[in-house]
Amino acid sequence: MNFPAELKYSKSHEWVKMLSDNSALVGITDFAQSELGDLVFINLPVAGDSITKEESFCDVESVKAVSDVISPLTGVVAEVNEELMDAPQMLNESPYEAWIAKVEDITDTEELMDAAAYEAFIQQ
Amino acid sequence: MKLIFEKGAPGQHLDMLPSCDVPEVSLSQERKAPLPLPQVSETELTRHYTALAKRVHGVNDGFYPLGSCTMKYNPKINEDMAALPGFTQIHPLQPESTVQGCLEVYATAEKLLSEITGMDAMTFQPAAGAHGEFTGLLLIKAYHHHRGDSTRTKIIVPDSAHGTNPASAVMAGYTVVNIPSAPDGCVDVEALRAAVGPDTAGLMLTNPNTVGIFDKNILEITKIVHDAGGLCYYDGANLNAVMGVVRPGDMGFDVIHLNLHKTFSTPHGGGGPGSGAVGCKALLKPFLPGPMVEKAEDGSYHFVTPEHSIGRVKDFYGNFTVVVKALTYVLTLGKAGIPEAAENAVLNANYMMKRLKEKYTMAYDVPCMHEFVMCLEDLLHETGVSAMDIAKGLLDNGIHPPTMYFPLIVHEALMIEPTETESKETLDEACDVFLKLWDLAHSDAQALHDAPLTTPIRRLDEVGAARNPVLRYTEE
Amino acid sequence: MGSYIPNTGEQRREMLSAVGVQCVQDLFASVPRDMLVGDNLDLPEGLSELEVRRAVTAMAEKNRIYPTILRGAGAYRHFIPAVVKSVVTREELVTAYTPYQAEISQGILQSIFEFQTMICMLTGMDVANASVYDGGTAAAESIAMCKDRKRTKAYVSACAHPHVIETMQTYCFGSNTELVVVPEKDGRTDMEALKASLGADAACFYLQQPNYYGNMEDAAAIGEIVHAAGAKFVMGVNPIACAVMATPAECGADIAVGEGQPLGLDIAFGGPYLGFMAATKAMFRKLPGRIVGQTHDVEGKVGYVLTLTAREQHIRREKASSNICSNQALCALTAGVYLTAMGPEGLEKAARQSMSKAHYLAAELEKIGMKRLHDGEFFHEFVTTCDKPQAVLDALNRAGILGGLPVEGGILWCVTEMVSREELDRAVAIIKEVC
Repeated sequence: MNFPAELKYSKSHEWVKMLSDNSALVGITDFAQSELGDLVFINLPVAGDSITKEESFCDVESVKAVSDVISPLTGVVAEVNEELMDAPQMLNESPYEAWIAKVEDITDTEELMDAAAYEAFIQQ
Repeated sequence: MKLIFEKGAPGQHLDMLPSCDVPEVSLSQERKAPLPLPQVSETELTRHYTALAKRVHGVNDGFYPLGSCTMKYNPKINEDMAALPGFTQIHPLQPESTVQGCLEVYATAEKLLSEITGMDAMTFQPAAGAHGEFTGLLLIKAYHHHRGDSTRTKIIVPDSAHGTNPASAVMAGYTVVNIPSAPDGCVDVEALRAAVGPDTAGLMLTNPNTVGIFDKNILEITKIVHDAGGLCYYDGANLNAVMGVVRPGDMGFDVIHLNLHKTFSTPHGGGGPGSGAVGCKALLKPFLPGPMVEKAEDGSYHFVTPEHSIGRVKDFYGNFTVVVKALTYVLTLGKAGIPEAAENAVLNANYMMKRLKEKYTMAYDVPCMHEFVMCLEDLLHETGVSAMDIAKGLLDNGIHPPTMYFPLIVHEALMIEPTETESKETLDEACDVFLKLWDLAHSDAQALHDAPLTTPIRRLDEVGAARNPVLRYTEE
Repeated sequence: MGSYIPNTGEQRREMLSAVGVQCVQDLFASVPRDMLVGDNLDLPEGLSELEVRRAVTAMAEKNRIYPTILRGAGAYRHFIPAVVKSVVTREELVTAYTPYQAEISQGILQSIFEFQTMICMLTGMDVANASVYDGGTAAAESIAMCKDRKRTKAYVSACAHPHVIETMQTYCFGSNTELVVVPEKDGRTDMEALKASLGADAACFYLQQPNYYGNMEDAAAIGEIVHAAGAKFVMGVNPIACAVMATPAECGADIAVGEGQPLGLDIAFGGPYLGFMAATKAMFRKLPGRIVGQTHDVEGKVGYVLTLTAREQHIRREKASSNICSNQALCALTAGVYLTAMGPEGLEKAARQSMSKAHYLAAELEKIGMKRLHDGEFFHEFVTTCDKPQAVLDALNRAGILGGLPVEGGILWCVTEMVSREELDRAVAIIKEVC
């Protein structure tokens, strides 16, 4: 399994890529996608949504289940990855390119792990 | 097999109507799009649907122990009665004096089913179980509002409940409070006590519950909810275990729904129509959907709308001919037959459970009611064979699989409900198959991963179906 | 007297002994003793099949079957080909459950896929679901498809069927949604009132076509008004009328729903009927209930399966937008067989004959002084004025004719292809005597 060093990770298995302008990209980790199985749809948030850390901000569907994606940040959704609407398999195939939302006006962040800490966390 | 659209030829048709005997008229805004409906001969039509029917496993094709669905035999007399022209040819808006028989069906069914459930009134308007849940919850909502209490915004639902329960609660405008089940699969009484409060509108419960156990604390449970000012809703999906033996009304429930298409032997039609009759205690009767049927002193029947009715939940009065079938069934079984059916449903389930325990792990190893849940987690770890694989293995043996992966509180669950209309021979044969598959899982797991082999098609690509939905035929 | 239990007393004893209990009551040990009903169940003794047949037949005989029906108002007696009943009474199709196990349910699944396709063909929409309970609940379910955080209010035309409006109201009571009834003007939706009332919070507007009074609405123009306000346009249509009138898609509908009863289902005192729902591609994921999709098996064979199920209650639970589980699958199958038997030509014939005969009756009634209450185009229903509605209906009743439905301002008549010109002439002659 792959955990890029430049990303931060949450306990609920989302990755965060901090950008220079107090904004960030959020997606789900390789571990998350393998646990969830083949994803068939994502209910994306809407640009302009205020989202809160440790609360659900969208959900992903497999054939037999639906799972919340938890926001690691408090902020406002600036942009969503519309490509995932038509190609949810990107979440399985390349989870770190398949960003879900770009979040800006970030006012709060949950305690995030670096790649090594996250890898240790999922080993437990 | 080909779709009906791929059969026949342009110009093939059936002559159904005479030519028009009045001057023809047309609209100014006519349909522009072509209407590419099938064009086939009657031979082709009947062969097509006969071929489709052969690709369906119904109750008459073999054992159908689909848990929580009560796939009992559907008596033929019920179908005959529902097909009487005196029922099928009646317009729903005929004058009351010309539909006395239809009203008598509703009034009689209300009386008998209210007695079986311990309720004071019953509406047959809801078309299915989930529709009944929605209706019942609106009765609770209207009741609280009528008392001037709009602070009750929460419905409590155990985590073992059918998915319709929380979904119905939300449709009725409530917030759902999920409470975890106790280790014995029953309601965690302390968790319930902690969850109730001045914001509790009610509790939704199935008893026996979805793991097939009668909750022995039921009186305490309904009392806790009542003491907090809430009402108790009974999901009747599992009534077949206890009909004529114990009544939801006597357990402390205020409102219930029945699935006439489960407990009262009406067929499921490949997914419906069903009937989700809703019964209630007197305190909720003024809120029932209208119209209801009432008997006047002279013996005639009339429609009346309850004083504080929540309004209609559908057009007209309900799935009428389904109610005719259920009424025929209740009249046939009568006072002795109703509890006898329940007792034998419970006996059949316990017998199967006892035999399967030889190899399979039971989720709750206590005597069950009409159904029981097996947990195949051990088997999965030992052999890699999942509940799904066992289910697909059953298909090759002519048995409809049990309900899979439900309730959610049991991992790798298979939920088996044999019903009372199956013979010991059938149960024994089915148990032999289950046990044989358990052995096969240990000797040749791959064979089960590959199953089924003998069905018209094999395992389908469900991921592909969902990622690239093809939901209708289009001409190439 | 039967309870359809095959096991003999001896077999039951064997099974009890295998389970390890003395008697069947022991299996109910978890039920508190004082709660057991025992002998107190106040039910009649069971009946033999002959007795039950007599009892239920006696009820059916208390109903009156009208050879001639001139009443519709949401339930329409059309011709049903013999082949329809023959197919839909096949035991496999009747007794199967929801097709959860696709490998042994291909017949049901394929029939639903074909039904979905036919509903799309009739309405012109992109995607249809596998059915809901009836036309009223289909209309009510469409509201949840359109609401979002900003658009929270639903609108319905006063010219929709009163049962449909009431059902929508009940669903809105549940979901705490405001439902605005847009007034009628001369038997049609008041378009000026509609334009004035649709605000930024409008989620959807429901229009019935043809409307409750049988009148054709200017659906395309209404659709434009609704879209200009940013709301969704929901049309409730008569599926037989769809064979001849501009389709919902042609009128710009986002969602098309309706009562499928005219498609081969008996009037049967109001049910079971068939709700259908179809939507544009942009909205199909919001459709409630089951949807069947085409896919292939491990050997590459084409097959059908319940798909997009993660929208539904059994997976999404309290986050599902609808609670629907059981639907009206056998009624959907019936509609599919009916549409196949009628074919494009037969369906159009049924539609055109119903409409033409209704126009014939309207003209004949006008000759004896019963004028249409509304101007403009209508399909197979219309309202006439009538000074003595009860006397007219009583006279028809005596002749075995179910006359139109009394409504405010007169009588709502309906004619289908089932009624011959002779029957219409006879009805008019009877009415003439009374008026």
